[in-house]
Amino acid sequence: MTDALTIRSLSKEYVAGKPVLQGIDVTVAATGITTIIGPSGTGKSTLIRCINQLVEPTAGQILFEGRDLARVRGVELRHARRQIGMVFQEYNLVERLTVMENLLCGRLGYVSPMRAWRRKFPPEDIARAQSLLATVGLAGFANQRADALSGGQRQRVGIARAVMQQPRLLLADEPTSSLDPKTSVEIMQLLADVARSHRIPVLINMHDVALARRFADRILGMSGGRIVFDGAPDRLSDEILRQIYGGEDWLH
Amino acid sequence: MATVTLGSDERAWRRFSPAQRTGRFVVYFALVAAVVASLRTIEVIPEFLYDAPEQVADLFGRMWPIAWEHYPRGVHDALLETIHIASLGTLLALLLATPVGILAANRLVPSRPLNWLARLILVASRSVNSLVWALIFVGIFGPGPLAGTLAIAFRSIGFVGKLVGEALDETQPGPIEALRAAGSPWLSVLSFGYWPQIKPAFWSIALFRFDINVRESAVLGLVGAGGIGMALDAALNLFQWDRVALILVALFVVVVAAEVGVTQVRKRVL
Amino acid sequence: MKLAVPYAFPKSRGAHLAFALLAVYVVYAAAQMGVSWERVGAGIDHGSRFLGRMFPPNFTRSELLWKGLAESMQIAVLASALGIVLALPFGLLGARNLMPAWISWPARLVVVLARSFHPVVVAIVFVKAVGFGALAGILALTVASIGFIGKLFTEAIEEVSIKQVEAIRATGAPFASVLAFGVLPQVFARFIGFATYQLDSNLRNSTMVGIVGAGGIGGTLFAAFQRFDYDFVSAILISLIALIMAGELFATAVRRIFIDNATLSELFRPGTRAASAPRLEDD
Repeated sequence: MTDALTIRSLSKEYVAGKPVLQGIDVTVAATGITTIIGPSGTGKSTLIRCINQLVEPTAGQILFEGRDLARVRGVELRHARRQIGMVFQEYNLVERLTVMENLLCGRLGYVSPMRAWRRKFPPEDIARAQSLLATVGLAGFANQRADALSGGQRQRVGIARAVMQQPRLLLADEPTSSLDPKTSVEIMQLLADVARSHRIPVLINMHDVALARRFADRILGMSGGRIVFDGAPDRLSDEILRQIYGGEDWLH
Repeated sequence: MATVTLGSDERAWRRFSPAQRTGRFVVYFALVAAVVASLRTIEVIPEFLYDAPEQVADLFGRMWPIAWEHYPRGVHDALLETIHIASLGTLLALLLATPVGILAANRLVPSRPLNWLARLILVASRSVNSLVWALIFVGIFGPGPLAGTLAIAFRSIGFVGKLVGEALDETQPGPIEALRAAGSPWLSVLSFGYWPQIKPAFWSIALFRFDINVRESAVLGLVGAGGIGMALDAALNLFQWDRVALILVALFVVVVAAEVGVTQVRKRVL
Repeated sequence: MKLAVPYAFPKSRGAHLAFALLAVYVVYAAAQMGVSWERVGAGIDHGSRFLGRMFPPNFTRSELLWKGLAESMQIAVLASALGIVLALPFGLLGARNLMPAWISWPARLVVVLARSFHPVVVAIVFVKAVGFGALAGILALTVASIGFIGKLFTEAIEEVSIKQVEAIRATGAPFASVLAFGVLPQVFARFIGFATYQLDSNLRNSTMVGIVGAGGIGGTLFAAFQRFDYDFVSAILISLIALIMAGELFATAVRRIFIDNATLSELFRPGTRAASAPRLEDD
């Protein structure tokens, strides 16, 4: 099994002298779901966002598809980004556009601005969008405005948009944190299905440990900007969780 | 779940339905036609156009040096008068506009004819320019700040009334319902149900309109309705461009001061 | 037996003080301006005579009336078109979240200057520069439009949700597409709102710049006043109100078509309220 993503000595300082990420070293396999857990402020979100350079790393390497994602700029960065799909905690849909248009946004890295503006997307993209809508359970919603949808529905659109990119890697930054427990499970199931059917690695950042245990193939535990746990969910003991999160009350 | 038909061919997708596209096209067409028609029929005298840079240079030449010494006698009192016109006019407008705004709100006054009448009053007030109102009131009351104050007031009624009406429409029905269910008389529903909800919006509208009215009051004097406009008119008629420049600078300062003042009040109170 | 009821609505000292000050000011200012009951009384008496002379309205000089109204409409249309075209770049350049400070501050300054002067004052300057007639009016109202639309457009851009933009960037879209799909949809609705509002506003102002010679029905109106043709005055006023109401209907239709995506037949159906009429009106 080849590695899809290799991160070496990644660090990030928003304020000089106070690193949020300290020397992260991790490789992500080419398939399966990897979740990152840890307390707030420990750099989980920063780590995920460094991968597609929404946050610029201070030092280190992120090797993916033959590129160092920490270094690419300009056109190369855009080409790298279109290979990486991202799902956001607050869905980040363009509210005033319809569901279909939001899905097609996933293809913006592949279509020229002029054609995109005039909504002239290739018919294969449109067909793929329609079938994706059915896959995520939103068939018939194509012409609804994004702001008319519920939270769970919006996240499905968000996932569909990311999958529209035909990405080689899927990132998810707290995808279920704004959703109720039942919908959270549905969304995690959807992400698992996508990981399996498209055979791509999925990297999810989340704070719900139970959910992580249930769906992940591998769990990375972060604390204080470092990775302190790396292994299968069944090896995640309460002791280790206490180390990561500190304090006992929340465990029971 | 609403099903929307997208057309038989799954690969075809249009952003707007044919009916929607027709509407949009009609608007585009109307706008373009209006611009083209206007361009064709407007009368522009080319000689004046070529002359323009020279005229502008001449104008600025005559405006400099600015006639600062004229300020105490000719400008100061007129400026104060302008501010009085703006203030009293705005206050009067608040008084007059509130009943009209209430009459226009269907939720409070469920009588369509009354709503229509009130809306007509508001539209008429807005459509007639403050300068035109000033002309009218100068005709009735003679020249002077009284005409100016009334002009500002009557012009502002439409503005304040419309926004107050909108604020009333956007109130939460819950508290109103509760008060009605408890058997409150209409006036009590108004003061305990509606007024607390629109209070911040009301004062915001009042401040906003005051800010605009300072600007408006300044020019009313051009038709004789008091304030700095009369000094401006006098200076213009005598081609005393340096005094005109002084008045414009003074105006600018007053307008900026009013805006700053309003912003401060907003921050503290709203 | 009367119970001692604690006072449930404590009087706000600040508000009471403010009201008292306001009342004092009103009396003071009114006195300064020489407002007295006799003047008001004389005025009302005079006013009723005045109103009497205004009715019935005299529409016989329809050609003159129509010419003035048409010219006012031309001024409004061209000033709005030119104003929008010029305001958009200035508005975009003034957005601090998109542009560096050395670009945004000059752009904002231009917009502020355009807003600072009353359109009539600007019209006076343009009459001196390009002579009497509609051109001065168009230029004056263009300046006013730039001031209004430029400011609101900048505000709209600065208020976009950065999250939506971030998501589009994350898909690898080029900058133009990020603007088109991330920024523009968010500002479009507001833009339509204040662009239509400015069209109405220019229509109203175009009736006024004529008073200083910058074209349109204002000149006709002013002349009628000076000749004491009050019945013609009332005819002009009625036509003005009708024209502006028509303009507002058009503006509402445009908003419903572009913001609510209404179809033509839906426009005529009563009941559905129009979307965002802009909250920020300027006059």
